[in-house]
Amino acid sequence: MSAQSSGGSAPPSGGASTGSPDGGASLAANIAAEVTAFAHEVGSSDPVTVVGARTHWDVGGTPLAGTREVRAPAGVWEHEPSEMTVRCGAGTTVAELSAHLARTGQIVPLDPADDAATVGGVLACGFSGHRRLRYGHVRDLVLQTRHVDASGKVVTAGGPTVKNVSGYDLARLLVGSLGTLGLLAEVILRTLPVPAATQWLAGVGDPFAAFGLLYRPSSILWDGMRTWILLEGDPTDVAAEAAKLESAGFGPCDGPPTIPEPGRESRTSSGLRELAGTPGGWIAEVGIGLVHRDEPVQAAPVSSTNAALMAQLKQRLDPQNRLNPGRRTW
Amino acid sequence: MAPEDDSAADAALLADLRGVLGDRARDNDFERGLYSRDGSIEGSSPAIVCLPTSAGEVAQIVRICRQHRRPFLARGSGTGLAGGAVPVGRPVVVATSKMDSIVEIDTANRIAWVEPGVLNLDLSRALAPQGFHFAPDPSSQQVCSIGGNIANNSGGPHCLAYGVTTAHIAALEVVLPSGETTVFGGLDAEPPGFDLRGLFVGSEGTMGIATKAAVRLTPNAPAVRTLLLDFDDVSEGSAAVSAIIAAGLVPSALEMMDRRAIEIVEAFAHAGYPTGAAAVLLVELDGLPGGVDAGVGIVREVAQRHHVGHVRVAADDAERALLWKGRKNAFGAVARIKPDYYLHDTVVPRSRLTEVLSKVYRIADAYGLIAVNVFHAGDGNLHPILAFDRREPGVDERVKAAGRDIVAASVEAGGVLSGEHGIGLEKRDYMGMLFSAHDMYTQDVVRETFDPDGLANPLKIIPTGSRCSDSFHQHVPEGAWV
Repeated sequence: MSAQSSGGSAPPSGGASTGSPDGGASLAANIAAEVTAFAHEVGSSDPVTVVGARTHWDVGGTPLAGTREVRAPAGVWEHEPSEMTVRCGAGTTVAELSAHLARTGQIVPLDPADDAATVGGVLACGFSGHRRLRYGHVRDLVLQTRHVDASGKVVTAGGPTVKNVSGYDLARLLVGSLGTLGLLAEVILRTLPVPAATQWLAGVGDPFAAFGLLYRPSSILWDGMRTWILLEGDPTDVAAEAAKLESAGFGPCDGPPTIPEPGRESRTSSGLRELAGTPGGWIAEVGIGLVHRDEPVQAAPVSSTNAALMAQLKQRLDPQNRLNPGRRTW
Repeated sequence: MAPEDDSAADAALLADLRGVLGDRARDNDFERGLYSRDGSIEGSSPAIVCLPTSAGEVAQIVRICRQHRRPFLARGSGTGLAGGAVPVGRPVVVATSKMDSIVEIDTANRIAWVEPGVLNLDLSRALAPQGFHFAPDPSSQQVCSIGGNIANNSGGPHCLAYGVTTAHIAALEVVLPSGETTVFGGLDAEPPGFDLRGLFVGSEGTMGIATKAAVRLTPNAPAVRTLLLDFDDVSEGSAAVSAIIAAGLVPSALEMMDRRAIEIVEAFAHAGYPTGAAAVLLVELDGLPGGVDAGVGIVREVAQRHHVGHVRVAADDAERALLWKGRKNAFGAVARIKPDYYLHDTVVPRSRLTEVLSKVYRIADAYGLIAVNVFHAGDGNLHPILAFDRREPGVDERVKAAGRDIVAASVEAGGVLSGEHGIGLEKRDYMGMLFSAHDMYTQDVVRETFDPDGLANPLKIIPTGSRCSDSFHQHVPEGAWV
């Protein structure tokens, strides 16, 4: 794996966005037409990969030479603030989605380091952002997916409402699958209100003690020496929690440190303690267990039983190995 | 496959199971009867009931079932409402009730390892001294098991803010239909490979049997406020629900009850619910005190805009508990009207609540049934209760027909088949309302990867006819609704 961004193509904002809802049937028809057009483009025979913003192009390997590149539809298609849901093309950039939601005071905390990243790219990688401690894994923000499978057909999984247990949870299977089981065309995501107040603090205090002191902090980052903490919520609560931290040696700061890329080392939360005193070049997410490093990290092995199941799933869903050949998630 | 009522095959199977379990493998009529039903209105008898005490025994049961080519299904407390635990195909029932220990509470990683038979509320009680709880809280939480919660991806009132079961499971030890034991997910931040954990949660026992789970611990909120709002008009109540959410609040729970529900709940719980109101909202806010107080102010203001009658804020924990007692026991209290009830579960966009509720009343009227509504309004999760008396001739058919119409009305309004109860037997033939044939085919391909022989809780979730090979047609018992 090389550096985070292998540069290159502009984000796919040119994907004929339908823009804001212009009501009813024509919108639904436009969305369906975009998804169908994408399915035709994916086709059913040759090796194909979907390009987002290339911010994490090398994750899990690069596509084999000769693999055809396609782009998922882009555009924020439906946003109903009182339903707290948003529907967009998978090729929509996080920047565009965030700007759209900001108008009504909402967010989807995907939080990629570079918001030129596409929604589909973030979900295909399955990489949660630095606020996972409060908002959970990105997969838990996904309500419905529509993807194109290896036969070029559109498959819908999940449902459009904020709560749903109708059928197998294929949407969770797709998140983090690097486009090897299907290519995301469209997603419906859960939105959240913008927090009323936000405060970063930093200091040399013990991050584990700080975690125990606080009620649902949004982020605790640690480089082995220094700790950065994000508080979000009601202004009086943020002030009161900040006061607790100030008496533990923390003070306000402008924001988080630069999070190293591309290495993501997966540990348990308590397993981070072993890192104390180890040389720099890393930032850990306390309470989560993720260590970001500036060097690539070898993924942990999966058990032979799980590897066989995963290989079977891949084989059944993509018998010709035409979806993102060259990439694998384990 | 063993044909129906093949007593020689049953006897051979029982002998092998007794070799592992002794008298914890049972085939007496009384126990087969006990395990023939769940919380749904369906029923069908198992061949044998097993009560394992360890994951090793579960694996041996599964291997023996494979040798005998006999279906098996796991069962927790049997409170499921969609027929997921109804034994179909004369199977072996694997009851997890004796696997009920909390193996480890690991507060450093905010995880507890538990066996599947641990009851939901027992887990939260055990975590309370350390200041944590398990967030999913189905109304049946006093009796439902964690294994059942995993199988159904269960919800509960507080899932509005905290998410359903899948968000609270870090790892699962699973006995696969092959008889192998494995672990899906992990306690680390990003376990490698596909999210088999996420796929397994909600798969209703069709991908294997969970024998241990690492559940996430949620810190108890420092401040909690519970409000009861009453309205003269159901549509004002529904509109207040949308307006509270639109104001940027995410209450930890936002429940609604209609006039009939208020009456029966009050007669049972004596919680001071305002009988005579058309609807009440039970709103709970939790978190740090500043946000909770600000939230109470917003709820009051929104409610007043929607012509609320009274705003009652519970003064203390005892009053809070009393208000929740009414809500959580509402279903049982329906017995005051009719001896039987059928509890539905669909989700609609919040903005369509009023419209779909009025359809529910019309549907119930048309079939001569009584509808009572107590539900998770905050996430649009309707729970119409159809109260009836089983002794009335032909009533089962009317109840099922009304149920189907309610599901159809919900899907038409942009909703889904189930919010938290699952598909089971009850809704498998409705899957086509939401999914295309190719969607269901794809789901079945994924299921088949785990269980190519179709032995794990067969005939659930996916309608027959989704694949060319429906090997279990011949095992549908007479009278089972499949």
